[in-house]
Amino acid sequence: MAILLGRSIVYENAPMISFWGACVGKKEGEGPFAEKFDKVFEDTTLGKQAWEESESELIKNAAEIALAKGKWTWADIDCIFAGDLLSQCIASSYAFAGVGVNYCGLYGACSTMALALINAANLIECGAAARTLATTGSHFCSSERQFRFPLEYGNQRAPTAQWTVTGAGAAILESGKNHNCKDKVRIRAARFGEITDLGVTDANNMGAAMAPVSVRIGYIKERK
Amino acid sequence: MKRKDYNTLVQSKAPASKLLLNFCKAFLVGGLICTLGQILFEIYGKLGADEDNAKLITSISLILISAVLTALSLYDKIAKFGGAGTLVPITGFANAVVSPALDNKPEGKILGTGVQMFSIAGPVIVYGVLAANLYGLIYYILKVLKVM
Repeated sequence: MAILLGRSIVYENAPMISFWGACVGKKEGEGPFAEKFDKVFEDTTLGKQAWEESESELIKNAAEIALAKGKWTWADIDCIFAGDLLSQCIASSYAFAGVGVNYCGLYGACSTMALALINAANLIECGAAARTLATTGSHFCSSERQFRFPLEYGNQRAPTAQWTVTGAGAAILESGKNHNCKDKVRIRAARFGEITDLGVTDANNMGAAMAPVSVRIGYIKERK
Repeated sequence: MKRKDYNTLVQSKAPASKLLLNFCKAFLVGGLICTLGQILFEIYGKLGADEDNAKLITSISLILISAVLTALSLYDKIAKFGGAGTLVPITGFANAVVSPALDNKPEGKILGTGVQMFSIAGPVIVYGVLAANLYGLIYYILKVLKVM
């Protein structure tokens, strides 16, 4: 079981990440983490008509890669925790339509992966699931449309503006008990943040808007 | 840390835009677009159009060029370099109408292209028309009062 230590959830059996999958678009594939990705899609449309469908396909690919590494099928997964940046989490919803697994859609924007991992770990730790999937994905082109400007619009990027990743990641979690956890990443503790608003209203500087909560919960230290 | 202190800190840390360089680029690109307009205007004049018509056809030509460049994904690349130089001329307005129309094509002809087409240019039209009406009203009042 898990216990509450201060504001943190501490997992007695520390669920482990058994296998994971990651796939990205062309730009990310040219970056410093290139060799860490399982699959790089040179064509960022992934052969789809709409960017939202491409994003869906990315998420599906990441999840299937993780499954294949563990030599599992969808029947071996008890619950999926997934989310993305689009309205109604539509990319992840369509990614897992028809796989026949319980699905929980999450929306945490930048924190979706952490949110998915915490939920997936909780379900395993309380014994209601043997194997859970935590996943998230985003696509530069669909995010531009959802939050910013059309792709062909000639706007200027502020120097502090972020660039949304075209990519998806998936992790399959199992209990840390009765499994060989050697060389596996384990989730020993987790903590949800609290809404910390220091009045940053610039949509082009999300880093500044998100940093205060990390200081509040002690994740990073405030410089005196 | 207080809200005010934090926002001061954020502003001091955020990298600033290179103003002088951006001004020069905007001047160059905006000037080139206007020069192109002038060249077209002269050509139409030589081809026999009177001044009013030549002005009109010049605007239409610039809008067409901008729309085609937007559709070819070239306009945003020019804009990345030119900044306000591509935004201020009529070509920028055409780009603002064509780009959301293209981007929202998968949503359908009415709910996608039709609804979203003026999502960026809409406010410009709304306040443009409002300003024109106000200007007209003031002009009329001044005329009635025989000030003008």
